Amino acid sequence: MTPAAYALLLLAAADDVAIAVRDLEPGTVRTSAGRSLPLREAVELGHKVAVRHLRAGADVVRFGMVIGTATADIAAGEWVHTHNLASSYIPTVARRGGAR
Amino acid sequence: MTEPLLGYPRADGRIGIRDVVVVVYLVECARAVADAIASGRDDVHAIGFPGCYPSGYAARMLEMLCTHPNVGAVALVSLGCEGFDRERLADVVAASGRPVTTLVIQQLGGTRSTVARGRAWVDEARSRAGAARTVAIELTDLVVGTICGGSDGTSGITANPVVGRVFDRLVAAGGTAVFEETGELIGCEHHMAGRAVTPELGREIVERVGKAMAYYTAMGHGSFAPGNADGGLTTVEEKSLGAYAKSGSGPIHGVVTPGQPIPGPGLYLLDVVPEGPPRWGFPNINDNAEIAELIAAGSHVVLFTTGRGSVVGSAISPVVKICANPQTYRRMSEDMDVDAGRILDGRDGIDDVADEVMQLLHAVAGGRPTASEELGHREFVLTYKASEPTGPSCLPLVR
Repeated sequence: MTPAAYALLLLAAADDVAIAVRDLEPGTVRTSAGRSLPLREAVELGHKVAVRHLRAGADVVRFGMVIGTATADIAAGEWVHTHNLASSYIPTVARRGGAR
Repeated sequence: MTEPLLGYPRADGRIGIRDVVVVVYLVECARAVADAIASGRDDVHAIGFPGCYPSGYAARMLEMLCTHPNVGAVALVSLGCEGFDRERLADVVAASGRPVTTLVIQQLGGTRSTVARGRAWVDEARSRAGAARTVAIELTDLVVGTICGGSDGTSGITANPVVGRVFDRLVAAGGTAVFEETGELIGCEHHMAGRAVTPELGREIVERVGKAMAYYTAMGHGSFAPGNADGGLTTVEEKSLGAYAKSGSGPIHGVVTPGQPIPGPGLYLLDVVPEGPPRWGFPNINDNAEIAELIAAGSHVVLFTTGRGSVVGSAISPVVKICANPQTYRRMSEDMDVDAGRILDGRDGIDDVADEVMQLLHAVAGGRPTASEELGHREFVLTYKASEPTGPSCLPLVR
């Protein structure tokens, strides 16, 4: 099989985020559900991208499960990580310089 | 289609897939001597406990490890003044029918004489006839453990679901599988409870994950390393969701704690979080502390999934490295046994890679060294912990 035609893997149809299957540069990218999305920044393999607008305080769903709460408004095509998503259980501790 | 699998029979009726002599330091002060006795031999592994004060948990763990099916003989190395009950451990090993000796450094005249005595004893134990693969076994006769380490955003999509598929197949065929780390299942407790074979077991699982949550909160740090975030995982519940995939989709038959044996076929959760108020620090200080507990529970082999790229192996049982991330696999392929990252861009499916892992399990059980065995990784970690065996509500099928 040839490498995937999609850049972002959507694990469940109703998910808020999709996963980068390779390192991505800004620009128009396709999801595994066949949708085009304006990627706003470079995103590394394994990281998450919002597939729709997410309001601050909203639950964020990956693979059908809540993985935390949005701490800021997140636009469709924006990188989702520790700067805009927080645990509902135990805060995430990163090395100095932050995650990435 | 495949060659029949043969294992090493033990006097206590268990069957191993490796024939290891363990050299056991009973306090850190005896460790260099134990390392010197074991050094230079692939099938002689140094394990032990660094503490000077007695620990019921460490005593149970070493009893289970020294009578593990993959262990054929045991040399205990004591400084002489530490608190560990070496006579009891020697009695337990002897009762299992394994050759055992106790070397007390303060009685034998120091480092050189103890190392010489130890190496001579190991040579003799090694040359004794009988350690041969003579008993036919099936994969379903083995206990297979799993752990994830250095997880990233790909782990929960590729390598972990592959292990879940392998576990589903093994358990459906009558095999035994064990997954672990209640602290990395935070957020999955209610889904897990729905898979428990009884409502009581389901309630136990929810309570035990709650205990893990309280414990890690007291530590001020979840089971989450900076590298997890570098790799795209943002929260502990997101990491849990991925880790949980290793358990597959079948019924959960019971919960055990470290030092307790897996009582029979089925899928078991190893609750690694200590009982009671937090004492002595984190539940497990690193991946090898957890691997040691999986092996003490009886694991003949451990399936280790990694995204960022771990290189560790273990004393006693082979560790199979299943790499979740295709970039990591390209960078560190010498340390990996399976490339599961090919699922990510659709080159292969979960079942294709699960087929490969089943075939590899068969080969490794038959003696083929894993990458970490080949590279000489024999890590071992055991520290203080408060641990109690679980009761009937956690083991509903045990009569």
